Amino acid sequence: MIWILDLMILILVVVCALVAINVKDLLSATIIFGVYSFAMCLLWAEMGAVDVAFTEATVGAGISTILFVAAILHTSRRSKD
Amino acid sequence: MRLLQDQTAGQKLGESLIIQTAVRMLVPFIQLFGLYVIVHGHYSPGGGFQGGVILGASFVLLTLAFDQKFALKYMSEKANNMLSNAGALLFTGTATLCAICYGGMFLDYSALDKLLPLGPIAWRSFGIFVIEVGVGLAVMSISASLFWLLGSNGEMDEGL
Repeated sequence: MIWILDLMILILVVVCALVAINVKDLLSATIIFGVYSFAMCLLWAEMGAVDVAFTEATVGAGISTILFVAAILHTSRRSKD
Repeated sequence: MRLLQDQTAGQKLGESLIIQTAVRMLVPFIQLFGLYVIVHGHYSPGGGFQGGVILGASFVLLTLAFDQKFALKYMSEKANNMLSNAGALLFTGTATLCAICYGGMFLDYSALDKLLPLGPIAWRSFGIFVIEVGVGLAVMSISASLFWLLGSNGEMDEGL
């Protein structure tokens, strides 16, 4: 484990999580959530859990992002902020 | 050049010739990689779940680049349902065969040695492979049909 790389990825994970919660647009939140998933995948692979990293990359960044996008297309915006 | 202009003139919003050609070339390789991940799952990272998700994502990619009708030409709704049920049956069937017929535990593959004597170690390796194929089939059809149903309001007709 390289602790500098670990720290950088952990900071990226926390920043992505905070931005995904606070951003107003749902589509932007979904894409930032995909970035969060990829950072988590890097973190798992860096810790040596390659199998979990594989699952995170396929499910977290692939299928769940696309399912969120498909669900967002059925929503509508109420206010203009 | 003339042919290209004619092709692009009649297309709908969001359809792009470059994306469609790239997806047309990419999808067989994605499916081959998914099969490799399933089959090679007990020697390397990967397995039934991850390979199934990769196979399902290839159909999702076809749906996004073309149309839901186009994707359903390659994997129809009936075949999708049959594959998901076949995967679940393969998993539970193999696991139950060990338990009820040959006196082992549920998912105890070495009990299948009494069915075909290959040795318990070879049967453990082969049993995990059969289970992985079952999981991969079920996960592939479920993850593709989740997107199809969500994208088309449950109608499975046109979609995104």
